[in-house]
Amino acid sequence: MIGKSQPRIDGVSKVRGTAMYTDDIRLPGMLVGKLLRSPHAHARVLHVDTSAAEALPGVKAVITGRDLPIAYGMLPVSQDEHALAVDVVRHVGEPVAAVAAMDERIASRALDLINVDYELLPAILDPSEALVRNDVKIQDRAVEANVERRVRLVFGDVEDGFRRAVHVRKDRFTKKGAGHASLEPHAAIASFTQDGLTLWTATQVPHYVHRTLARVLQMPMERIRVIKPTLGGGFGGKGEPMPLELVASALAVRCGRPVKITYDREEVFFTNRGRHAYTMELETGVTAEGLITAVRFSCLLDGGAYGSFGVVTLYYSGQLLTLPYHVPALEFQGARVFTNKPACGAQRGHGGVAPRFAFEVQLDRIASDLGLDPVEIRLRNQVRSGDVTINELKVTSCGFGECVEAAAEAVGWSRRRGRLPRGRGVGLAGGAYVSGAALPIYFNDMPHSNVVITADRDGGVTVLSGAADIGQGSDTMLALVAAEVLSLPMEAVRVVAADTGITPVDLGSYSSRVTFMAGNACRQAAEELRDKLFAGAAEKLGLAVEDLELRAGVIQKISAAEPAMSFGEAVAAAEGAGVPLTGVGGYRPPDLAGRYKGGGVGPSPAYSFGAHAAEVEVDELTGEVRVIRLAAAHDLGRALNPVAAEGQVEGAAVMGFGETLLEIHEVDGHGRLKASDFLEYKFPTSLDAPEVESLLVESNDPQGPFGAKEVGEGSLHPAIPAIINAVYDAAGVWIHDLPLQPHTVRAAISRGGS
Amino acid sequence: MKTVATFTVNGLPHEIAVEPHQLLIEVLREHLGLTGTKHSCGVGNCGACTVLVDGTPELACLTLAMEVRDKSVLTIEGLAKEGLLHPLQQAFVDYGAIQCGYCTPGMILTGKALLDDNPDPTEHEVREALAGNICRCTGYVKIVEAVLAAAEVMRKGGN
Repeated sequence: MIGKSQPRIDGVSKVRGTAMYTDDIRLPGMLVGKLLRSPHAHARVLHVDTSAAEALPGVKAVITGRDLPIAYGMLPVSQDEHALAVDVVRHVGEPVAAVAAMDERIASRALDLINVDYELLPAILDPSEALVRNDVKIQDRAVEANVERRVRLVFGDVEDGFRRAVHVRKDRFTKKGAGHASLEPHAAIASFTQDGLTLWTATQVPHYVHRTLARVLQMPMERIRVIKPTLGGGFGGKGEPMPLELVASALAVRCGRPVKITYDREEVFFTNRGRHAYTMELETGVTAEGLITAVRFSCLLDGGAYGSFGVVTLYYSGQLLTLPYHVPALEFQGARVFTNKPACGAQRGHGGVAPRFAFEVQLDRIASDLGLDPVEIRLRNQVRSGDVTINELKVTSCGFGECVEAAAEAVGWSRRRGRLPRGRGVGLAGGAYVSGAALPIYFNDMPHSNVVITADRDGGVTVLSGAADIGQGSDTMLALVAAEVLSLPMEAVRVVAADTGITPVDLGSYSSRVTFMAGNACRQAAEELRDKLFAGAAEKLGLAVEDLELRAGVIQKISAAEPAMSFGEAVAAAEGAGVPLTGVGGYRPPDLAGRYKGGGVGPSPAYSFGAHAAEVEVDELTGEVRVIRLAAAHDLGRALNPVAAEGQVEGAAVMGFGETLLEIHEVDGHGRLKASDFLEYKFPTSLDAPEVESLLVESNDPQGPFGAKEVGEGSLHPAIPAIINAVYDAAGVWIHDLPLQPHTVRAAISRGGS
Repeated sequence: MKTVATFTVNGLPHEIAVEPHQLLIEVLREHLGLTGTKHSCGVGNCGACTVLVDGTPELACLTLAMEVRDKSVLTIEGLAKEGLLHPLQQAFVDYGAIQCGYCTPGMILTGKALLDDNPDPTEHEVREALAGNICRCTGYVKIVEAVLAAAEVMRKGGN
């Protein structure tokens, strides 16, 4: 079953319109909650007068920051947020107060009746200003000026590496911020009864929401249940606790009635947590043969007003530079600063995307300087399975070379690169990504993924997992793994997932961890259940366990023609032991942390590798770039479900295409969003998107479930530089600033190069 | 002032008291419980709320309920006949054209309008027809494949 394409187990409910997303849920007596948001980028909140709103008929409760005074945040080092602003607002759109009312119109009218006195503070919108400006402090915890964190890591002998280099390039690159733009906006419904608090929420991380609710509401975790209904896309944007989850809960407790809050699209853009804007300097030395001798990288990340995942983003920016090429020495310096903008956080390909763009474009420039083929320089420098990088990342399986060759072949590299008519070109780039972070967000020694499987006499099994299917298909992956081990049809496996009241803890859907970690836990649970099933059946049949096999839902004596008993009968036999038949499994990554500060970000039990080849057309008159196709090779270890894996590669590649040519999340000179809807925030439609050919490379990871590694995020990285490198082949210009704007291409062409 | 109006939704007549400013999406989701019509951008940019009004794709988030008075509205819930999936629905499942599924109802209904009008579209015609329905997950590859596959099934007389 593994390796053959399977339809999603929730596919039929999604095409029939019966899949229940959070906003589709209605509870009896449910109220509507709404948030009042700051019109100012930086201001002290002097007074919030809620009396007129409270007096409006139909309003059931109004709360402000004083009602939720406890700070929270995604990382232990970034507990700097409040559900509703206390004392200070730090960006336009920050929530200040909230109402619960009988319906949406009353709730909106109530917001208009809340009077907030602000004292305006100077706003910092430019990250380079944030580096030096001491007179304005956006966050008190900033180490200097408005710097949240400075990082400096040095591995190997960098000076010696540059001395050995025969060619050194130093380039500057920039990338603007981007947003996730999931189709489903954030939504949450809270219900508070004598049994405690239940929150249905569109989250990637039920466990972290659960912990944060307990902390902020001062309620024991066992009194709180967090349920993730069907989820309409995350990409990192639903990867941390959000104000609406805390506010809906607080309002439900206050009113004794269920409260639903659904963000509108502008509120989603205010929430952000998207890709940081980057300014980068990259210096690389190579030998005459193009072998990398040293890399020096520095970057400035515009963090927005809060910490979010940002410190992790910052470390990833440097730590992932040592893959997929052998880098013998690396010096990394970075800073993340606070500005008065919606906070940036984790977005698909977290931390690695902008630096990878810089690295791959510069590598092509180096190849061009030396007269080397871009494919050749990549193959010469490739890491291989068994390598340990200079920053202690351990490469288990690696199909990078194969990816490069497959992508190059797909666009006819050897006969077409440098040989196409002017205005047309091909380019190639590589990348690598984690299959889950080896370390949890907060220190603890519990397994990162847990699965319990129960079996019924009717021949079906139920998989209980805390993993969050956010659209990527993790529920289907779990069903497939269980079905494979237990030799059952997919229909016999039911998955119950992401309900903290029922399912065992899983850390959630981020860092491309679910197939590797929850998949391994599921496999272990299914194997335990299978062993018990064999023991019960063997006893009943008077045979040895070794004489039995499980095949297509029946148990039989090995190579016997007739089945001995059905799966259900075997379950009944196993229950003869006097307890229900279950299997449990857990996955905890090995101890992989580097022995230095920051050594917790980057290590993963396995890395995916990828290479994309792009073919583009450049209109030299207008500077417009059309991407004709992307050949996207991805080493995912093993394709458990090829059609689902292709979908991940295709989706990530097109998202990378969007960030290359279209996507900008930024604010104007007053801190107001420049794009707050899907008309202004441009991302690919079916007419924009290039043809994508996904090429799955299987390196069979020794520790992955059935050999599998990540496939959800890694394919975003190579898409961007592959396109930029193809633009060079087509038009002879190098683009260092993303997204690529036609006028910069045109200007570069008229200057006769970059 | 509410007005009692008659709508045909998924083949069934409904009499509903609606306010003049009430949107079709609200009537479908809140009054009729047809939550398969999705709310995403709220301003007609994304196509997630697409329904067919007398066979034509319309955005329920921009359409006043009163505008479809006495007309026939098809939502995603009304597409499968007697438990049998429409060829487009089946193709979306079979070709992996669904990930998060939030764009899926609107995508399928737009696809249906296309195929009812043009049973044998080219890939470019499919991409053009779907350009108002945004998908953030799939990169459109499998969606386009599914629509073309469904077209073939329908040409051969399936459903």
